[in-house]
Amino acid sequence: MAAKGKVTFNEDICKGCGLCTTACPVKIVTLDTKKINVKGYHPATVIEVEKCIGCANCAMICPDSVITVERF
Amino acid sequence: MSVVFQKTKGLTDKQTHYCPGCTHGIIHRLVAEVLEELDVLGETIGVAPVGCSVLAYEYFNCDMQEASHGRAPAVATGIKRVHPDKVVFTYQGDGDLASIGTAEIVHVAHRGEKITTIFVNNAIYGMTGGQMAPTTLIGQKATTAPLGRTVEHSGMPLQVSEMLSTIHGAAFVERVSVDSPANIRKAKKAIKEAFECQLAGKGFSIVEVLSTCPTNWGLTPIDALKWLQDNLIPYYPVGNFRRPEEVK
Amino acid sequence: MAKVLMKGNEAIGAAAIKAGCKYFFGYPITPQNELPEYMSREMPKNGGVFLQAESEVAAINMVYGAAGAGARVMTSSSSPGIALKQEGITYIAGAELPCVIVNIVRGGPGLGGIQPAQSDYNQVTRGGGNGDYKLLVYAPANLQEMVDLMQEAFDAADYYRNPVMMVGDGMIGQMMEPIEFKEGKSRFELPAKDWASVGTKGKRKPNIINSLALDPAELEKHNQKLQEKYDMMKANEVKYETYNMENAEVVIVAYGTTSRIVRNAIIDLKEQGIHVGLIRPITLWPFPEKAFDEVPADCKSLLSVEMSMGQMVDDIKIASNGRWPVSFYGRAGGMIPTPEAVMDKVKELVGGAK
Repeated sequence: MAAKGKVTFNEDICKGCGLCTTACPVKIVTLDTKKINVKGYHPATVIEVEKCIGCANCAMICPDSVITVERF
Repeated sequence: MSVVFQKTKGLTDKQTHYCPGCTHGIIHRLVAEVLEELDVLGETIGVAPVGCSVLAYEYFNCDMQEASHGRAPAVATGIKRVHPDKVVFTYQGDGDLASIGTAEIVHVAHRGEKITTIFVNNAIYGMTGGQMAPTTLIGQKATTAPLGRTVEHSGMPLQVSEMLSTIHGAAFVERVSVDSPANIRKAKKAIKEAFECQLAGKGFSIVEVLSTCPTNWGLTPIDALKWLQDNLIPYYPVGNFRRPEEVK
Repeated sequence: MAKVLMKGNEAIGAAAIKAGCKYFFGYPITPQNELPEYMSREMPKNGGVFLQAESEVAAINMVYGAAGAGARVMTSSSSPGIALKQEGITYIAGAELPCVIVNIVRGGPGLGGIQPAQSDYNQVTRGGGNGDYKLLVYAPANLQEMVDLMQEAFDAADYYRNPVMMVGDGMIGQMMEPIEFKEGKSRFELPAKDWASVGTKGKRKPNIINSLALDPAELEKHNQKLQEKYDMMKANEVKYETYNMENAEVVIVAYGTTSRIVRNAIIDLKEQGIHVGLIRPITLWPFPEKAFDEVPADCKSLLSVEMSMGQMVDDIKIASNGRWPVSFYGRAGGMIPTPEAVMDKVKELVGGAK
């Protein structure tokens, strides 16, 4: 399945709050527990990128404008 | 490929001091996006309050004034009377607006001052460390209500949108919530309508935004959203209370 | 221009409009009500805005907003109302905004009374609100002087970006005197208000009007900058008048309408062979310390005459620095000193009638 959208995270400004993980309808946004960013948080990331539908829900709920969303 | 969502020019690049998951950041962004979309950023003067959003003047990419606690509507009145052609807004929390600043908010509405107020209601004092606000729910614990708020001691929580919508000069009053993408989209629509009301010279406009305070509620950011849905929305119903055409 | 007969409170309004004041935010309180009433009539005719606020607190914060938006703006009140305005005044001083505040002083403390007094001396000369700040404070003795000082007050406020207070006691507000509105040139070079919040138009970085600085080093630097400004005011803005200082056995210090009563007492005392001088501060802050160099070395005593309970005595002691004893005679609560009572006090100081 080809991805319909693409999300990019400005990782360094993420506070790891996880609100984006609740907003994704295809459940591909998660906190990257293997990584710690410059602020000391596990930053949000996306798994199974091909499932992204470009709905921008994750960006909509992000309090820190971390996420850019593109649509194919 | 087209960009469908990116950070608005209405915000500066300064990273906010807000706690992780605090929905102030969402509300800032919605206001900034609306100002950008209405193409009025260069014509806007915002007024920051005292409280968690005291540093809002560092985040909005427009001229700003920092007011003393509760007085933002008076400061905004001074600005608007000097520059009636500019867009003027206040951004206030529930301690600032619903406690110390009740006289100012009631009278800015009473005069039908052509400004827009963004009222962030998270039912607690955030900046000072979780004290009880006039909006704190019955039974909700706060650092100055350690056993939970009671009606006998502190009265029922103040419903600001309901109160202000009884005032003739309040042309647009709506309560929204930022607990889900769908509600955030509705919140943005209301904020846009409020600013359009100002631009059309219809009178005072206010959007009350139900917001979280994970830190002082003692919840994770995700649980805080759930708590807002289960507790704040039932007592503070979302919806429109007043549109300009309804003002008699 | 011909002289016109005007009531004090209205003359203040007329002088302010003439000085380019375009915005007035106020709240009713006796004995200054004729001023906002006058402004409500006259401001709109002069392209300005009058607005009655919901409280003194709101009024001064409207002044903050308007001043921050680049306007020439003013408010007025009387003592308890000025006490309420202190929050806004310290923010205005902290954010370095220009404005003029008129205080038509009435008796205190608390609700006090509505008759003339000078018991706000400490409130106006010590800043009044929280933090290290000063107001430039003018205390005219008659309506002509008050009218003449108004242009200066607005210009100085803009020049220093600092609130300026015009202090009149209830008598100044209520009395009628002939006055002349003089045409004069400002002695200040006033730069454009490029710091004001008027909208960026997308052409510059946002202007921020603010008195918050969470970094202690930054806040200390801001305080030092303010102090430099206050030092400049001390060097350049002191105003006073001296009268009959030669061979004075007693020198009275009095300001405002009290100084006019004292002057009558001095004239009568002279006829009785007693030489009494007068130092009349026109600026209460900065206090005219230099004036005390004119006091004869063998002067028996300085005498503060006030419509308050000795609030100016501290400043006189600081200015005279132990060179002469300092005495006090005052009335309070709206009671007014009589020339006879002042004369009696002087006679007591010089060791009886001659």
